[in-house]
Amino acid sequence: MLWEVDVSPREADADHAARALVAGAAELGIAGCTRARTVAGWLIEGEFSRADAERLAARLLADPVTESFVLGAVGDPALAAGPADLPTPLHVLPRAGVTDPAGQSAAEALALLGMKPKAVRSIRKYWLPALPQADAERLAWKLLASEAIHDVVIGPLALESLAGGRPWTFAQEVVRLEGLDDAALARLSRDRSLALSARELAAVRDHFRTLGRDPFAIELETIAQTWSEHCCHKTLSSAVDHTGPAGEARYDNLLKETVFAATRTIRARLGAQDWCVSVFRDNSGVVRFDGDHDICVKVETHNHPSAIEPYGGAATGLGGVIRDVLGTGLGARPIANLDVFCVGPPDTPAADLPPGVIHPRRLLAGVVAGVRDYGNRMGIPTIAGAVAFDPGYLCNPLVFCGTVGIMPRHSAEAAVQPGDLVVVAGGRTGRDGIHGATFSSEELTSTSESQSGGAVQIGHAIHEKTLVDFVLEAARQKLFHALTDCGAGGLSSAVGEMGAVLGATVDLDRVPLKYDGLSATEVWISEAQERMVLAVAPTDWEELARVAADEGVEATAIGTFTGSGKLLLRWEGRTAGELDCHFLHEGRPRVRLRSQHAAPPEEPARFAAAAGDLGSALLDVLALPDVASKEWIVRQYDHEVQGASVVKPLLGPGAGPADGTVIRGVLGRDRGITLGVGLRHRLGRRDPYQMAAGAIVEAIANVVAVGADPERVALLDNFCWGDTRRPESLGTLVEACRACHDVAIAFMAPFVSGKDSLNNVFAWTDAAGANREASIPPTLLATALGQLDDVRRALTPDLKRPGDRLAIVGLSRGDLAGSQLELTGRVGGGRVPEVDVAACRAVFAAVAAACRAGLLASCHDCSDGGLLTAVAEMALAGGLGAAIDLDAVPADIAAPGAARPLAVAFTETPGRFVCAVQAAAAERFAADLGRRGTPWAWIGTVQEDPVLGITAAGATTTVPVARLARAWRGERSVS
Amino acid sequence: MLSPRALVLRAPGTNCDHETAHAFERAGAIAKRVHVRALAAKPALLDDVQIVCIPGGFSYGDDIASGRIFALELALRMGDALHRFRDRGGLVLGICNGFQVLLQAGLLLADAAGRPRAALAHNRSGSFIDRWVRLEVRGPKCMFLTGLDAPFELPIAHGEGRFAARSAADLAAFDAAGQLVLRYTADQAGASTNPNGAAADVAGACDESGRVFGLMPHPERFIDATQHPAWSGRLEAGAAGAGLAVFANAVKAAS
Repeated sequence: MLWEVDVSPREADADHAARALVAGAAELGIAGCTRARTVAGWLIEGEFSRADAERLAARLLADPVTESFVLGAVGDPALAAGPADLPTPLHVLPRAGVTDPAGQSAAEALALLGMKPKAVRSIRKYWLPALPQADAERLAWKLLASEAIHDVVIGPLALESLAGGRPWTFAQEVVRLEGLDDAALARLSRDRSLALSARELAAVRDHFRTLGRDPFAIELETIAQTWSEHCCHKTLSSAVDHTGPAGEARYDNLLKETVFAATRTIRARLGAQDWCVSVFRDNSGVVRFDGDHDICVKVETHNHPSAIEPYGGAATGLGGVIRDVLGTGLGARPIANLDVFCVGPPDTPAADLPPGVIHPRRLLAGVVAGVRDYGNRMGIPTIAGAVAFDPGYLCNPLVFCGTVGIMPRHSAEAAVQPGDLVVVAGGRTGRDGIHGATFSSEELTSTSESQSGGAVQIGHAIHEKTLVDFVLEAARQKLFHALTDCGAGGLSSAVGEMGAVLGATVDLDRVPLKYDGLSATEVWISEAQERMVLAVAPTDWEELARVAADEGVEATAIGTFTGSGKLLLRWEGRTAGELDCHFLHEGRPRVRLRSQHAAPPEEPARFAAAAGDLGSALLDVLALPDVASKEWIVRQYDHEVQGASVVKPLLGPGAGPADGTVIRGVLGRDRGITLGVGLRHRLGRRDPYQMAAGAIVEAIANVVAVGADPERVALLDNFCWGDTRRPESLGTLVEACRACHDVAIAFMAPFVSGKDSLNNVFAWTDAAGANREASIPPTLLATALGQLDDVRRALTPDLKRPGDRLAIVGLSRGDLAGSQLELTGRVGGGRVPEVDVAACRAVFAAVAAACRAGLLASCHDCSDGGLLTAVAEMALAGGLGAAIDLDAVPADIAAPGAARPLAVAFTETPGRFVCAVQAAAAERFAADLGRRGTPWAWIGTVQEDPVLGITAAGATTTVPVARLARAWRGERSVS
Repeated sequence: MLSPRALVLRAPGTNCDHETAHAFERAGAIAKRVHVRALAAKPALLDDVQIVCIPGGFSYGDDIASGRIFALELALRMGDALHRFRDRGGLVLGICNGFQVLLQAGLLLADAAGRPRAALAHNRSGSFIDRWVRLEVRGPKCMFLTGLDAPFELPIAHGEGRFAARSAADLAAFDAAGQLVLRYTADQAGASTNPNGAAADVAGACDESGRVFGLMPHPERFIDATQHPAWSGRLEAGAAGAGLAVFANAVKAAS
């Protein structure tokens, strides 16, 4: 019997989803949908009587105080009778095989009531007015459902069963490579979504020729996963011949000779003081924290899945990076998350969207909700992030998720022992996420949404939470030798990496499945979420299994790490595939690529004749999407769970924006961890070197601004690029890598981990039938992990006391290309701001010394929107006013007459801070900075009256702080 | 004198157990985190403790409704043991998800048959919110709130925290009995800080004895001045936050 239970709130005005639906319908121009009601529905299949079903609905599904329910067998007319004037039911169901966390939770709860359902599925049901079918469909697909994961039924449901598939019968598929030429190999790669080049497939063909056979499909899939861009960064680790503005350069391995080399140089210089522990080897980078602990950090991208299904894509992106941290060394406890999104402009007209592209506002709402629901459920505070808006991200949004973890000292090293059991723990395996690794390595097209549904996964945060609890307890008891997460490529990557040297035998039929019907290949490459693979000594297996059971986690031994150097896959004892580990990991043919980069011609700087006064420019800049308040996002994230929060993303009495955020590493101890991010995407197309250098400086400046030690900053790189098969595009990547190398060494800030996402290109056919393509701007996200000796000395930007003096530290230059001011139309052309690493390092040292000496009341980094924006943010955060004199700012600016104050106020020269200094400390502050020779100056005073007074060229403009706050919060009517 | 013992009860998806145990320890208790399966297997664990706390989180994902499955599990598998614990004078504290669980399990504000007379519904805004609120204590009944005479601040972080009584009569009865002990109040500028549309601005409530207490705000997130969003330059780092009193009162009452 298939029962349906429809649960609705008793009070109509508690129906938020209905309100959102009506508002969305109006936005879509669907006139007839002025009312709606929503229902949380449950489909429950099992041998239950009506009385049983009544009992479970009343006891489990509906709240006795606030909700009511309707029960019936599917097809019962009672279920098709809606509220008055709302005759049309519209159902949104998870597609068969898509993870349904609520349905699974309900099934587990039914077991508590002693009921054993065959299947439970959660659905959403909407009661709508009578609407034309086309309008109802548009509502469904634009607002309520995602093609990748949902089915929509308009009208009564007619389902008989939720039953899954039948068990798969073992069969071998041989893929014929012998005799195929390059063209045929390339076609085969495309047809099977392998994302391998003809040259790579030829190497596979030649390898199997020596074995006297063609490969089985499962072997070919394993190779495709292992050799994917996603898993082995083949472009970044290529040999490259580069021609750039700085001349010719020849690399045998680009990444090794730039980013890695910087870290190697820094560690060598630090010698015995080296504080790196494990870099570029494990799932995350590990550095020393205190006497008892190391900390680790990783940032991942999940761009393509999020473009197609924002909610699921972002949630599983976060879930994946949490498992990266959990799977580092012998297991680390995740203690903080960050997220960064790059999306199209929020005011993009719907008519301008290419087919298959989700509107940036809906996309952003979706990815925020995904991070919110996953991160909050995991109980990991989301403490840092950024959102960048640019037309270049319209078709190809970027979603970065990062996690910080903490682990006991001396547990960063892990080694699989021969004879260890291969244990898979956590969620069950389903058909979700097949081909994610190879999909993410290809470009998106307007039909990706319908073609790649299988590559989209839905997360189940509570399975991951219990998995974390289990792994950390097993780690405490030292019950495993090594572990890794099942991410891209699924078991094939996880077991393949762990057994890269020893080899392994895996019995794929033992892997627990969500439903029957998966083939051996599907089991092996599925990217079903919330799974870890552990290497467990046979003597520890019983105890490990007990810990898993105590935490409610499924753990299954599926094979053995053998020591044979072969990866042997079996199904019910029969060989499904056999691969030589050496070939799998070392057999990929290396290529030598050519790259070139020429600086675009420089345009002379232009200043608009009627730029208006500084006050109106400031209000315009504060309201720009990149600068404006992200409070609507921050408040949806639990940024305080775990109780370690010290500097929050929104702070001060006026809840202004933080630079970095700070948490304690260990509750009850005063040593702190801080996270900052840097993104200079608006420079990417103009000067990739300065884009990357600027991003790194911004990330470091963010953590220095809260009081981090600039000599203890670890960096992460996340390169997101367009089609790097083109020499010009690869050329910009090489330039960015060069910047990473140079800047990291200059700051003695080692890169400890990173990730790249290439081929962020979107192809479609426009209305006129022309083939179009859009690529993202070259984008490096730099993340800085800083440390504070004592969080009680942490700095915040909010102004604190009238009478405190304001200083700027660092020299301002007049290069305004790519600035926020440019977006207001007041300036154009000119040069991009260049990083002067020596000057920046001196500024960082000066600010850190003043912080250590306790001289600073407040500190804020000048980044997007420059000096004046920084002062405005400090004022609105503190609820106090300030008087500042721009003529006092140390500046090397050639802008003509009236344009000069505008340039001083809004230039984004990297490596500058605004500091508030108590009057009593002013003399010491001035003496210390004077001794250092760093450019700096007093520029004003904090005042009680909440007004910002700006003096420039002798004239003074005033703006009430309340007005600044309204502009920043998007509450200003357009001026 | 022996330190009182606090049992911090966790279920799959509980995620504030570490910091809640830390807050109890800082207040002078010996705190132990115990999985609900372990307690179900051995209800006698309750015999050795004076305080039971159900901390915040998303027990079982809160997928059906917040706290529902955890409450069902408590009621079905260890309801008797918990009632005995309460009846012998044990202290019970439910924070956020724990408050939701206490209501749903009929351990707080229930009728004679154990059916809930109050619930915590979806926030009026329809969304999860993390922010700070200003609170005031009403009446002397709740022993967790002793001495918190002036309005104080704590953070909230929830999607389902809107206090709702089964009927207006129920709400009036709780109020008359002095059980609606913790209310959202106006901030210094006079604006309401009720973050979720709670009836009568209720942020927390206790039973008739004052020894069973549930609240939506998180006292464990303000036991130290540095946890406040405007502490820097305004509060002395290392000073106690207002939330510590909740744990200290429990320790005192249990000693």
